[in-house]
Amino acid sequence: MENIKHHIDDQLLAAYSSGALPAPYGLVVSAHVSMCDECRARLGAHDTAGGAVMDDLPPIEVSGDLKAKLLEMLDEPAQDVPTYERSGIFPGPVMEALKGKPPKWKHLGFGTRQCILSHGKEGSVRLLYIPPGQAVPDHSHNGLELTLVLQGSFSDEGGQFGVGDVEIADESDEHTPIAGPECACICLAATDAPLRFSSFVPRMLQPIFRI
Amino acid sequence: TIELSEQTQWMLAIRDQRDKRAFAKLFDFYGPRLKAMAIRGGARSDQAEDIVQEVMLSIWNKADQFDPHRAQVSAWVYRIARNRQVDVFRKESRPLPEALKCEEPPEEDAGQILALEQEVNQLKSALERLKPDQREMIEKAYLGELSHSEISRESGVALGTIKSRIRLGLDRLRHEMQELR
Ligand SMILES: [Zn+2]
Ligand SMILES: [Zn+2]
Repeated sequence: MENIKHHIDDQLLAAYSSGALPAPYGLVVSAHVSMCDECRARLGAHDTAGGAVMDDLPPIEVSGDLKAKLLEMLDEPAQDVPTYERSGIFPGPVMEALKGKPPKWKHLGFGTRQCILSHGKEGSVRLLYIPPGQAVPDHSHNGLELTLVLQGSFSDEGGQFGVGDVEIADESDEHTPIAGPECACICLAATDAPLRFSSFVPRMLQPIFRI
Repeated sequence: TIELSEQTQWMLAIRDQRDKRAFAKLFDFYGPRLKAMAIRGGARSDQAEDIVQEVMLSIWNKADQFDPHRAQVSAWVYRIARNRQVDVFRKESRPLPEALKCEEPPEEDAGQILALEQEVNQLKSALERLKPDQREMIEKAYLGELSHSEISRESGVALGTIKSRIRLGLDRLRHEMQELR
């Protein structure tokens, strides 16, 4: 995609490459890389740096029979792992998180919807659907928030974000994203703690919606 | 004449001829390094050997996905190993980007493969020239010993120093990827 202006930064790419990035963010990174040649190339470069570090490690001897055992296993048929392809606006990794099915949207009120893809102690990742021209509910997060646009656009204090763009925000960023007028904005958003919407949904209901 | 690295030659023999002797050589080189990496990542010795076994099997089974124009062998092995290690330790699979689809596999161009290898050698010497504490930070970052917030806080400088080197390799990679579409 040629029009992407907001990319994943090198610290996040290095963390993803090394496996240190929690899965909710990893999903946003892998979805963006699926859409962005530039970040795919940069991720390749980080893997190269990782490979160079690995090459230089003092080797530790493996047990004597491991090689023979492996050589015998080579003729066994490999297990087929299902792969997921892009479907409509959803890149492969998102389709995998959806287990190949269309998203099951839950209404949050005022036309806004969400579909939680995963939720755990490492954080949560969800799809958000914001009607054209409408604001994302006022929210706060304790840490890093990554938001990738899959359809439409939004803009906030950080700039304008179109399809493929990622907004990287942390707790110090107060932002009120507003969906563009052209169509509903659908994005993939990951946070390391449950999102807290301050006014949109009564606090009582938040545990039910898991937001 | 153009002489590709041994690792690349072994990997191409595995991919194109399903050469088990080349696989044995690749194992002799990477097996002990993969084990060292797994142990640095917190694996017990027996767990580490399981990881070595699975990574080496993936290398054999996914060899058709190896493209020396886009990834040098160690980078490709590293990526498979990190995926495996995340699966083992986190009990969840790491989300992976869609594979690039190419209509036809690109024709092998030894000159280009060699150019990528040279780029990697320059990256390696850039790593060696880092100050010891920066070098340690880079090692920790790529061995998964730093969390993502520690990477942003502590290794910013070190990452910045190798970044210029990393960037040089990008333009060609990006160019080739667009040709693959
Ligand atoms: Zn990008
Ligand atoms: Zn936010």
